[in-house]
Amino acid sequence: MLKKKPDRKQDRSRNSKTKKTKKTILIMATPVKVYGPPLSTAVSRVLACLLEKDVQFQLLSINLSKGEQKKPDFRKIQPFGQVPAFQDDVISLFESRAICRYICEKHPEKGNKGLYGTNPLAKASIDQWLEAEGQTFNPPSSVLVFQLAFAPRMKLKQDETLIKKNEEKLAKVLDVYDKWLGERRFLAGDEFSLADLSHLPNTHYLVNATDRGELFTSRKNVGRWWDEISSRDSWKEVVNMQKSG
Amino acid sequence: MALKLYGAPMSTGTTRVMIALHEKDLDFELVPVDLFAGEQKEPPFLSKNPFGLIPALEDGDLTLFESRAITAYVAEKHNETGTDLIRHRDLKESALVKVWKEVESQQYDPAISPIVYQHVVAPIRGQSPDQAIIDANVEKLGKVLDIYEARLSESKYLSGDFYSLADLHHLPFTYYFMKTPYASLINERPHVKAWWEDISSRPAFKKVAEGMTFGDL
Repeated sequence: MLKKKPDRKQDRSRNSKTKKTKKTILIMATPVKVYGPPLSTAVSRVLACLLEKDVQFQLLSINLSKGEQKKPDFRKIQPFGQVPAFQDDVISLFESRAICRYICEKHPEKGNKGLYGTNPLAKASIDQWLEAEGQTFNPPSSVLVFQLAFAPRMKLKQDETLIKKNEEKLAKVLDVYDKWLGERRFLAGDEFSLADLSHLPNTHYLVNATDRGELFTSRKNVGRWWDEISSRDSWKEVVNMQKSG
Repeated sequence: MALKLYGAPMSTGTTRVMIALHEKDLDFELVPVDLFAGEQKEPPFLSKNPFGLIPALEDGDLTLFESRAITAYVAEKHNETGTDLIRHRDLKESALVKVWKEVESQQYDPAISPIVYQHVVAPIRGQSPDQAIIDANVEKLGKVLDIYEARLSESKYLSGDFYSLADLHHLPFTYYFMKTPYASLINERPHVKAWWEDISSRPAFKKVAEGMTFGDL
């Protein structure tokens, strides 16, 4: 079991009124644990889902710069040595999109009930865009997030060829999104879903921490969609956690 | 009303869906999409998948794209018949199916698909294989397969002692991969090899493998 670091703010109680202070918050123990820093895109994907579903959780820090995620103890719950990992009273899981789907299926009546659809057809539409996010949006956008938002902070050299190639790829992908979102409010229809949520982490960095935000903001429908999904309370809380985490 | 699957019999995405349809004993019509003519990039196909990729499934009024969303939909809709591919009756088992489906999607596919593309598909398009891409991904895939080897020494299949969509999704690219000189990556890892031999000998896969003729002359 990983040691908790007592001086780090960990517990996020949905009922706490003092969450904006730096004091350690004492809440009732919850079996739901997420391992990883909120700054990680994949970790933040899970946090957003838990918050949308009103599922209480503890966030346990993993220091990536010290390589804690590669240690044998952590690899027992995440064999690829990456964050996040997730535990509840039933099971240990990894892969952020699997964790999100599991949370939604385990807690259908909590929080945002329609997040993963309330019928098979709605769920299929959401899955389709979750797959599009994972297969088509994530590859170029995550390269850009790393190259443009993280590499400078980590004092790593940027790869201009890689940046250009992935910018072009992402632009073509976003052209498809712009057309699609011209005909519907959210990716899977009229309601915000897990499919939209899954896009929050990478887009947030590209819009707020790089100079390529116009990839999104210059496209009318994508820009409109981004404004709407990023203003959800759940995402605002994740952003707060990223700032103070 | 019959299921219509738009795609091509040698395409990895199309075959991924066809294997699942066979595991569920479902009738369907394969509507060919002419990849060499670029049919997938034009209307009317674009209205089925705005990204211009095969496959797409039509089930009555529902149209779906992304092979892994299609297999999940089919497996859930028909969860009481055919092979149990998603283990919906058991929360733990279904959770592990979700995990290893994502592992295929996020760890395995990005490493194996460039190798297959460079070695098998590029030559068909008149391009020479980029050995640097192959080499980099062979190294990546080796590391992923080390983790698979450890996992498969603990359970017969990826999500437990039961076959599921998590295993099935690996079939198409691995089939082509095993025809390349890099097949040793699988063959040199005994548990991975045994797993591959098991899942690739399933009748539902064998039916589909007959049409997987990329790279055959």
